[in-house]
Order: sequence, then structure tokens, then C-alpha cells
Amino acid sequence: MGQVPVFTIDHLIYKRILDIPHLTITHPVTCIVGASGSGKTTLLRHLNRLYVPDSGTIDYQGVSLDDIDPIVLRRQVVMLGQTPVIYSGTIEENLQIGLRFAQKPPATRDTLAYMLEQVGLAQPLQAYCDTLSGGERQRLCLARVLLMDAQTYLLDEPSAALDPQTEQFIIQSLEHFVQSRGKHLIMVTHSQQIAARYADACIRIEKGRIGGAAHA
Amino acid sequence: MHNAVMDLPVLNLAIAYIFVLVLLVIFKRRGIRRERQILIATTRMTVQLTLMGYVLMFVFENPSWWLTLLMLAVMLFFAIYNAYKRVKTAMPPALIRLMALSMMAGYAVAAAVFILIVLRIQPWFDPQYCIPISGMIIGNSMTGIALGADKLCSEMRSKRAMIENSLMLGATPAMAAHEVVNDAFDSAILPTMNNMLTMGIVSLPGMMTGQILSGTFPLTAIKYQIGIMLAILGCTALTVVLFVTLGYKTFFTRHAALADEIHRDEAKSSK
Repeated sequence: MGQVPVFTIDHLIYKRILDIPHLTITHPVTCIVGASGSGKTTLLRHLNRLYVPDSGTIDYQGVSLDDIDPIVLRRQVVMLGQTPVIYSGTIEENLQIGLRFAQKPPATRDTLAYMLEQVGLAQPLQAYCDTLSGGERQRLCLARVLLMDAQTYLLDEPSAALDPQTEQFIIQSLEHFVQSRGKHLIMVTHSQQIAARYADACIRIEKGRIGGAAHA
Repeated sequence: MHNAVMDLPVLNLAIAYIFVLVLLVIFKRRGIRRERQILIATTRMTVQLTLMGYVLMFVFENPSWWLTLLMLAVMLFFAIYNAYKRVKTAMPPALIRLMALSMMAGYAVAAAVFILIVLRIQPWFDPQYCIPISGMIIGNSMTGIALGADKLCSEMRSKRAMIENSLMLGATPAMAAHEVVNDAFDSAILPTMNNMLTMGIVSLPGMMTGQILSGTFPLTAIKYQIGIMLAILGCTALTVVLFVTLGYKTFFTRHAALADEIHRDEAKSSK
């Protein structure tokens, strides 16, 4: 062991939705799988402090979330929601807004273009977002969070609106991004393909409880 | 120029009710089921104003600071209640309290400046000035805050996904709600501004009309009208800025997350 887990959860209870006696997340890429309504998203939102457990503790890198300012936490542990949210304005403005919210300096045009490449979105920065398709919106949102250079990423079904080919491209791109920069990625997914790829770090949730958590 | 307004005999006034009859006929013909409402509205207006007339007669004949304050308190209470009723979206209890406090504070500051510093009324509680002026300030800012509160509540709900997304990206609640707060402020202040734009061209405002009818020199009347419009603008702005800049916070938890929708729904069902 030796290494501090990214997240450690103990005795977490949240309403009648989640009941997790113990869970550690250590791998660079971790998948959360399970049926719809099993509590996957609820768990992910706990890690981003959008939900606070009724009882139990969550530690991020050994520090209790109770002792971390939620705003500071969210700037290190950025979450991407299930439904892509597009702000008014151009693609460029939509990419920069994450950095602005996190009070970080804006990215250069080159960096923006590079990120769009990483998510396979071939659109000019000056284009307006109204005409983007569902899949394009999802990738734009993904590029936005990747730009933020967070330590840990929480992604809720990042490939839901994508075709299998694009999905594979995105996941490989994400994996490269996370591993080459020493970051962590925790994602909720319905994709069998993705779950199989990270089978050794899959957390299965069934009715708010951990099913077949496989941890080395 | 006449020095006193000519009295209006009650019988002559009764003729004016003919307009209500016209409306009733139109409703009947077109099958609009509003007869009851128009009758209630007409009756309430008549009774309320008559009562107010007698109350004002009494207060004018017995001027005292506590009677004036009592009147102001009653007016404020009804204005707050009215503004609250006009908000169509559910409001959490903390927001309702804040609405009441903002209206009191906004009125207190605007009235103090206008009555004590601009008009310099002696004594300050002179009911002839204090009560109608306060009524205009309170009444007009009530519309503004009702619009602002409605916008704040409905947008916090409709833009929930966007606000939450901003939080996920590390925004503070203030940043995440910035646009909604500005929109609410804007929609609260807009009617007063539009009113100012057309004032004197399209409409001769009520207070000025009243003063002119009762024999006041028009140039004096417009000075009062300009003053009161500025006081209304000030009161609305102050009330709404207090309300929206503090009010958005009631939608967030102490963990800087959006408050649970469930609480919202409880607040709604209790309304």
C-alpha cells in the first residue's frame, strides 16, 4: 500500500439511497457501474460535496471533506455532470468559463485548440454553441473540465451521447491525459466496453450498496 | 386658478360606476366568467377607499407621531403580504423573512432621505405629507420586489442545472448565481425605469394630477412628482438589491451546494 487513497469512504449513509460501509478508491482510473437508479451519480456527487452524507466520513487524499472548503475541493476535484451544460456565447467562452469560475488564469488559444483536438471536436473557437449536437456538447464540456488541470476528475457518463467509435477515442484520450499527468479519474459508466477495460478498478453499486468492488 | 378642489357629489360619482356595468355586459356577451371578480374588485376598491378616507380624516385631525407610525406599519405589512402573494414560485421561509426586512429597510432609507432631507417636513410625522408619500413609495416598490422575487425564485429553479454545473467547476455560490441575481434585479427595476421614460408624455402621474386638481401650481406639482419618482426608484433599488444579493444565499447550503429540491416543494405546498 503506502500510497494514500484518492478517496476513502467509511460508514456512509445518505437518505435511503446510499449505504457504504467501506470503500477506497486508489486506481488512476476507476469506474462506477450499476443499474439506473442504483446510486452511482449520488455517490459521485458526494465526492464533489454537492451532497453531504447523513452520517459517515469521506476523506480525500487522507483529509476529511469536513475539513476542506467545498469550493477549494471542487477546484481540485472537478466534476462533469451527466447532462452537458452549455453557457451562452462561443465555444471559446464556454471553454474558458471553468477557469474563470475556478479563478485561474485563462488558457491560450493554442491550449484551447489542443483540448478540442483531445476530445475530437473539430469546431472553430469562435463558433456559437447553439448548433452543436448532443455528442458535441458533451465533448465540449469534457474539454472544458480537462482545461482546468484538476488533480482528480469525476465524470458522470462522459460517453453517454457518443457512438462506440467516438467513445473509444475519448476514453483512450482521457486515459492518456490522466496517466501522463499523474491525475485520477473516477467515472460513472453504462458502457460494458469501458467497464471491461478497467475491470480491476470497477465499483459495482446495487441499490445503494457496494456489490463486487474489486480492489488490489 | 381655483384654490380649492370642487367637491364631487356622491350621486355624480355613482354615474362613474356605469363603466363597471359596461364591462359586465362585455363579459356576459363574450362568455368570460369574470363577473364575480369584477364585482368583488369594484366593491373592495369602494369600501377600502371609503374606509381609508375616514381613517385619513381622523389621522389628519389628530396628528401624532404614533398614529403616523401605526399607519406606516399597516401599509408596510399589507405591501409585504401583497408582494409575497404575487410571487408565483415557492419561497423558502428564510426568503420570505428577507423580503419583509428588505422592504422595511428600503422604505425606511428612501423615506428618511425624501421626507427628512429633501422635503424637510415639520414635524416629520405630519400625516398630510408623510402618509401619502409613504404610500406611493411603498406601493410602487412593492411591484418591483414582487417581480424581482418571482424572477429570482423561478430562475433559481429553471437554471438549476447550469448553476450546479458552475459549482462543479469550482464557482462560489455568488459566481454561480451571478446571472440570475442580475436578471432578478433587472426585472425589478425595469418597470420603474420604463415608467420614468414615458412620464409626462403618455401619463400624467397620479400624485401630480391630484395636486393640480386641488389647485396646486403645476410647476410645484411636477417638483413633487420628480422627487417622488426618484424616491420610488431609490426605494425599489435598495429593497431589491438587499433582497437579491442576500436572497440567492437561501438557495445554497452551508456546504456551497444547491439546497434540496424537497425543501422547495414543502415550502410550495404550505403556501
